[in-house]
Amino acid sequence: MQSVQFEAPGTVDEAVALLAGAAGDARILAGGTDLLVQLRAHMIDPSLIVDIKKIDETRSLTKNADGSYTIGAAYAGAEATERDDITKDWPGVVEGWDLIGSTQIQGRASLGGNLCNASPAGDSVPAMIAAGMTANIAGPNGRRTIPVEDVPVSPGKTSLAKGEFIVSFNLPARPKGGGDAYLRLIPRTEMDIAVVGCGVALVLDDSGTVTSAKVSLGAVSAKVLVVEDAAKAIIGTKLDNDAMAKLDAACQAAASPINDKRGTIEYRTKIAGVLARRAAKIAADRARSQ
Amino acid sequence: MAKHHVSVTLNGEPTEFLCSTRQTLLDVLRDELNLTGSKEGCASGDCGACSVMVDGRLVCSCLVMGAECDGKSVETIEGMADGEKLHPLQQTFLEEAALQCGICTPGVLVAAKALLERNNNPTETQVRYWLAGNLCRCTGYDKIVRAVMKTAAEMRGGA
Amino acid sequence: MAADKPDYKWVGTRTIRPDGHDKVTGRAKFGSDFTLSGMIHGRVLRSAHAHAVIKSIDTSAAEALPGVRAVITSKDFADQPSELAAAGEAMVNYKDMTRNVMAREKALYDGHAVAAVAATTVEIAEAALELIKVDYDVLPHVIDVDDAMQDGAPILDESLVPVGMDAKGPTNIAKRVEFTLGDAAKGFDAADVVLERSYKTAAVHQGYIEPHAVVSSVSEDGQAQIWCCTQGQFMVRTFTARLCGMPASSIRVTPSEIGGGFGGKTVVYLEPLATMLSKKAGKPVKMTMSREEVFRASGPTSAGSMTYKIGAKKDGTITAVEAEIRLLAGAFPGSPVQPACMCAVAPYDIENVHLVGYDVVVNRPKVAAYRAPGAPISAFGAESIIDELAKELGMDPLEIRAKNAAKDGTKAAYGPTFRNIGYEETVKQAQAHAHYTAPLGPNQGRGVASGFWFNIGGESSATVNINEDGTAVVVSGNPDIGGSRASLAMMAAEELGIDYSNVRPIIADTASVGYNFLTGGSRVTFATGLAVVEAARDAVRQLCERAAKIWEVDAEGVIWDDGHAKPASTNVGEFEPLSLASLAASASKTGGPICGHNAQNVQGAGPGFATHICDVEVDPETGCVTVLRYTAIQDVGRAIHPSYVEGQIQGGAAQGIGWALNEEYIYSDKGTLDNPGFLDYRIPVASDLPMIEAVMVEVPNDRHPYGVRGVGEVPIVPPMAAVANAIENATGVRMEALPMSPPRILAALDAARVKQAAE
Repeated sequence: MQSVQFEAPGTVDEAVALLAGAAGDARILAGGTDLLVQLRAHMIDPSLIVDIKKIDETRSLTKNADGSYTIGAAYAGAEATERDDITKDWPGVVEGWDLIGSTQIQGRASLGGNLCNASPAGDSVPAMIAAGMTANIAGPNGRRTIPVEDVPVSPGKTSLAKGEFIVSFNLPARPKGGGDAYLRLIPRTEMDIAVVGCGVALVLDDSGTVTSAKVSLGAVSAKVLVVEDAAKAIIGTKLDNDAMAKLDAACQAAASPINDKRGTIEYRTKIAGVLARRAAKIAADRARSQ
Repeated sequence: MAKHHVSVTLNGEPTEFLCSTRQTLLDVLRDELNLTGSKEGCASGDCGACSVMVDGRLVCSCLVMGAECDGKSVETIEGMADGEKLHPLQQTFLEEAALQCGICTPGVLVAAKALLERNNNPTETQVRYWLAGNLCRCTGYDKIVRAVMKTAAEMRGGA
Repeated sequence: MAADKPDYKWVGTRTIRPDGHDKVTGRAKFGSDFTLSGMIHGRVLRSAHAHAVIKSIDTSAAEALPGVRAVITSKDFADQPSELAAAGEAMVNYKDMTRNVMAREKALYDGHAVAAVAATTVEIAEAALELIKVDYDVLPHVIDVDDAMQDGAPILDESLVPVGMDAKGPTNIAKRVEFTLGDAAKGFDAADVVLERSYKTAAVHQGYIEPHAVVSSVSEDGQAQIWCCTQGQFMVRTFTARLCGMPASSIRVTPSEIGGGFGGKTVVYLEPLATMLSKKAGKPVKMTMSREEVFRASGPTSAGSMTYKIGAKKDGTITAVEAEIRLLAGAFPGSPVQPACMCAVAPYDIENVHLVGYDVVVNRPKVAAYRAPGAPISAFGAESIIDELAKELGMDPLEIRAKNAAKDGTKAAYGPTFRNIGYEETVKQAQAHAHYTAPLGPNQGRGVASGFWFNIGGESSATVNINEDGTAVVVSGNPDIGGSRASLAMMAAEELGIDYSNVRPIIADTASVGYNFLTGGSRVTFATGLAVVEAARDAVRQLCERAAKIWEVDAEGVIWDDGHAKPASTNVGEFEPLSLASLAASASKTGGPICGHNAQNVQGAGPGFATHICDVEVDPETGCVTVLRYTAIQDVGRAIHPSYVEGQIQGGAAQGIGWALNEEYIYSDKGTLDNPGFLDYRIPVASDLPMIEAVMVEVPNDRHPYGVRGVGEVPIVPPMAAVANAIENATGVRMEALPMSPPRILAALDAARVKQAAE
């Protein structure tokens, strides 16, 4: 294990320069809840750790004039749950974030970290995708913004280039008639990695018909999935039994999970359908109750 | 590699320490500052025995780098009592036998204190979910939950 | 029948425990909290293979690394002959023990120690491990108990000769045990209903939150001082002395506070390694296990595979039980298959019982005792099949247990005749409890189960020293894993007649108190408590003698009452009572220091029984189980400190629930452990459990001055079947394998739905 340098820059540009100039593997420290575990287990051997938490942009959560949100990549879940505004507008995004680990993990867990750890089971990711969030990335070639689903590539790997890091996220304004939800299945009541996770965001018109929807599944594939057939199954419906059955089937069909210590292929596939139905119902109830 | 010189406010007192990049806050507390009240049960954030407050936030100290704490405030179990006067949680834990072997107790107390500072009237379910990150193998959690709720009632000024 | 409860001043009250303040402030020192100046750090190199011949180990590069002070392998430990020794409720063999602590010919499990290093820093020690070259010849492995018993299974030890049976050739079967009462075949003939079932349980770990830790310091004259978290400092002394080839008298072991043991800290792992490293390095050596090492390399309990057959008459009388119980021992013999058989149907009066048990070695860490070793496993089978029997006969599950209950005079299958037991009481209280008749909602079910554990006595030594100011110190030698030192102080205070706050209990090291058998077997409050009571009475005798001297009367004329020496009657004379404090103050003039002492091998441990009631809700679409309500009713003899007795009941029940629902060792197809951490080894968290109501039935043990029975182990015996029976009641589906995790329950529900649709 090589000795590892530690820096805590105050600006994005400083951080970019440090990352781009690193001799070996350089890692971002946001909440540290994945990084420190991997460091101790000798799963990674970085030459440089860059703490981004001194950069204001990564640590703020702002509701913009148009109702959208800008969320710092290192903003902690515990802080988000204390904000009435985002919790009211996007309860699914917040509950996905809030489900990452224990209260102690919540004191540190960030959307940037959860997304860039690129675990297919990351709790915050399905709801982020369903809500249509985008990531603001800074790097040696300047800034760029991409949909969050384009960040993870495969377990542990992101599409970010050397020297790039996520500074913040954009969360759209909640549309009128919109509702979202995140559900996960775990064997205990807390403290487990999701066996399956499902994020659903939808919009209901005044008649209660789904006019738009996005369904995202976690832990059933190498990366978090966007299930277009699932969305199609419920758009134009009032989420009647038939629509729910089609939603269930579409999610089961899209799932391509593995057998591992957290779940079997058979189980995960079934549960993908169950959670999608339940999450869609909660999202719809939330949409109606506005 | 040179060590990092870090200044924190520790249990209300200005404190300095040296640490390598790889040392977590837990390592620093136990090995550099001789504060062994915070325990290592897993070193991976799964057991909560290392719970401390950093800048007023409940965290696992095994998942905080020593080096990133410069300028922050850290509160550990050692700072919970006020001199000889136990915090109401500590006192109630003793009276209600909310500990058996005691290894999880510092972490549980720090976590419970953080809860009551945010919510002085938690339901049983809220207490259980808040403390889900503090593993206890001895008690089955029953007396711990009762002690937290009893303390909350006492601190609110009624039973 | 519970005797009328005497009016005690301290016994039966809820005092503040003497070690409590230190534990709520973080002051208390646990195993890894201890440091010595000049201390260096040890780390262990562990096999990543489940089964391999160790052809050679080259430590030269590690030894040459700057900062490394010592390197050890099995070459540093003398081989041990095959010889048994007691370790708590299990027996261990020195030949196996030295090999478990440091592999010799073979690596027998993923995590098996093959070498160890001590260096000035942890980083250097870990870097040194990477420089050790081990040449392995990897062999096929076997980790399932039934697979290991098959012909053609990979053999761990060609020289293993099974005890209790003949073997045709090399085998993994280390032992066969058999218990017979009556004639099972006749019993089945007489039955109206006969059921046969098979059950499996997974290996589970004791799950103590504190990993193993030790500091060992060997000086140039060969004197060793060891600080460690252990359930038995005398056991550590004996085993370390033996393995390291040192006289026991040259080793002084001080137990730290212990962060959980549950049986898992009744053996040595790091202590001989740290001692040998310290000897070689000439410096104190600190060693701790990481959480991963705890799972890979310290003893879980056995996985089990069982078949049960039960026969009964229409009226519910059980006429025969037959069972075969196969338990895995891990890499070396010693599963708790014997107690598993002995406890299986112990709550019941059954004329014809035939139990056979097999102890089988497999490529897993060597099992260690876990709270009532073996009994929860066999009880899962017995209590499940009894539940099915009740259903088959249309009988209430508590009614069938009451009908067949063991009582005073019942002969147990494992030999003794029960006397002075409280099982029936627990069943009656369960029947009468509001929980049993509370309404249930959709997808909800209720299950009951009973359980038994013998409890043990064993050797204890205690001293009660009277201080000059009239306070007392109680010196004993059992690490306190559940609040026992408070109970010891309370019993001493009761005997001496002084305030509890003036009695200070300490847990002494091996040089400062007589021999004590380790903390385990639910023995401390019972056996060490008895020694403490006798030692206090010895002190009281001496105090009376001093008063007699002062009053110039015969010693028989002095009695002790309420903390004072008093004349036995007015015939003896008119004397003002002399308080303990005044007698203590004048002790140097009346004969010298007053110390009460007692050392004995305590007999008469009263067995314990329990009956549990569990309500669950099962999500029919996900198989997730919520435990809604739990009541644990146990005969506790007499609760010296009721809060800590309740605590034992609640804690044991919680462990049983975890064992039932989500705990298991998960292995890769290479035989390596896939879940060596608390993330994927899933013990119950606070939000998983409801309040656990502990109902204490008191049928005092008449072999103890305060009626004490061991309480710590019984509560883990019923839960697995109680939960399984509740799940069956909720869903109609019988789970026959543990853990009953959501994927397994959903698969079983789906299979039942398919079957139902076909019918």
